[in-house]
Amino acid sequence: MDTQLLEKLSDWRWRIPASGDMNVPGVLFADEALVSEMDHKVYEQVVNVAKLPGIVKASIAMPDAHWGYGFPIGGVAAFDPEAGGVVSAGGVGFDISCGVRTLTTGLTRADLKGREAALVDALFAAIPAGLGSRGDIRLNDREMERMLEGGAEWAVASGWGERADLERTEERGRMAGAVPEYISERARRRQRAEMGTLGSGNHYLEIQEVAAVHDRAAAGAFGVSEGEIVLSIHCGSRGLGHQIGTEYLKRMALAAPGHGIHLPDRELACAPLDSELGREYLGAMRAGINCALANRQILAHLARQAVNRVFPEARLSVVYDVSHNTCKEERHDVDGRGMRLFVHRKGATRAFGPGHRELPAEFRATGQPVLIGGSMGTASWILAGTQESESLAFSSACHGAGRAMSRRQATRQWRGRQVVDELAARGILIRSPSFRGVAEEAPGAYKDVGAVVEAAELAGLARKVARLTPVACVKG
Amino acid sequence: MEARQSQGASAAAGWEHFPHGADVGVRGFGPDRETALEQAALAMTAAICDPADVTPAETVDIECTATDDEFLLAEWLNALVYEMATRGMLFSRFRVTIVNHILNAEVSGEPIDVSRHQPAVEVKGATLTALEVRREESGRWVAQCVIDV
Repeated sequence: MDTQLLEKLSDWRWRIPASGDMNVPGVLFADEALVSEMDHKVYEQVVNVAKLPGIVKASIAMPDAHWGYGFPIGGVAAFDPEAGGVVSAGGVGFDISCGVRTLTTGLTRADLKGREAALVDALFAAIPAGLGSRGDIRLNDREMERMLEGGAEWAVASGWGERADLERTEERGRMAGAVPEYISERARRRQRAEMGTLGSGNHYLEIQEVAAVHDRAAAGAFGVSEGEIVLSIHCGSRGLGHQIGTEYLKRMALAAPGHGIHLPDRELACAPLDSELGREYLGAMRAGINCALANRQILAHLARQAVNRVFPEARLSVVYDVSHNTCKEERHDVDGRGMRLFVHRKGATRAFGPGHRELPAEFRATGQPVLIGGSMGTASWILAGTQESESLAFSSACHGAGRAMSRRQATRQWRGRQVVDELAARGILIRSPSFRGVAEEAPGAYKDVGAVVEAAELAGLARKVARLTPVACVKG
Repeated sequence: MEARQSQGASAAAGWEHFPHGADVGVRGFGPDRETALEQAALAMTAAICDPADVTPAETVDIECTATDDEFLLAEWLNALVYEMATRGMLFSRFRVTIVNHILNAEVSGEPIDVSRHQPAVEVKGATLTALEVRREESGRWVAQCVIDV
């Protein structure tokens, strides 16, 4: 992106002034190098989102923003229902509530020594990963309904996990306001064999070492200590979420003219919050969030069992479970005024700061854990939400490294076997059903997550708590 | 950019991938609209695995409809995504007919064999990004969009 197009507000904050049809300015949080590396399409997409009805304050891009569809990935936008605001299926994306759950294990790197392969093999055997993999779980119509209403709470009640897990999950494991009747039979059928599956592409289950702690107080509150082994799961709402996204995207695109909405890009398909279609999507999307929460809960349970088969002494406790692709009704302070807003985070993480009323008591002093996925060869991060982020970005932060090159470019540059061997030489074990999938996800295909996290911290969106380095990865 | 002229089809028929930040653009082309849509479907399979490895052993019928050609392309690819997901299959041969914006297709493939097909990604859906169905001045039809993987 050409920085000449932007007003520099600080070393970490840039503005696209509102012009033409834009209702609000665009704001990008990143250093000059990250902004320069961003595709010009990010600029166009930030501008297009700023044109949507009822948008409040700014169309925002996080430090890891990259070219998405409609919204940039790494985009945040809040809409006022009292001012004709909209909800956008394109602004949430296909993988509703894709997110990360991190668990501590009580094990250290020394405990693992010599048994890393046994551990990752046990996890690879227990977690259905990759296209075509199917779990053992089949939900009948009644159970599907309960899952869609109950999320992770349903999963725990059904035997997949512990009550304590729910306290450490956004929405306490159950998204309120889900309306399963707005979900089609096709979406349900797509999910039938996919509960408790990881998926593929950039989804993973990774064993990580806490390599460095940057904020001891927050790390203590999160239950994380240096040298400890943790486990992170990245996946979403599987086929059900994808089908909800597909169906509502089309419906909203076709209905937009009838709602008097001009779409600068069809992928920004949206409907007024105060419309039948808007309400239907919110009900369906919230049920999609519950599907993702239930899925990560089940995967965490399967992982717990697998880890305990190799290390009976391990005790897996959830640090937190965050979602990246959502639209949530939240209260925010906008220029001193409390407002009820619908905040879209597309490839962005909610990052409530210290004192936020929705956080569990143990995070009130520190802010919530913000879990940032890296690539399988670099690092992942645990950050904490800040109070400053509320005024900057509706309490939001980045979500990952972002791709530096396309999948095709990656397969031209690396062979899957070579990536697996090179990582093994560095002591990182990879298990995947697909070598091509590994090549497409090669560490070099991703941007430097460290630069993204640094920018997020310096911009005030979140602060560093711990850096995690990969030990082994089950790649979907 | 990966591109391939399809064997057995007219010289003007083929597919290619075009770059998109995190995902994949699929583009099919051919002497008529039907061929362009068939080739776009082949490009989608190629985002997952090598279509040459997928034996057209079983055939599934698909019907979809839309208000215009571009939404019809999205509907067509999404119908294939649905069939792949619910049947656990991959497809490599596509026979499309379109009459009055109603698409009928016979698609052939086989159940996913992970070790043989080495599927790299799962297609979540066809997006409306870079969605175009058009006839070029040369008479060649092009059908394209970005798929979310």
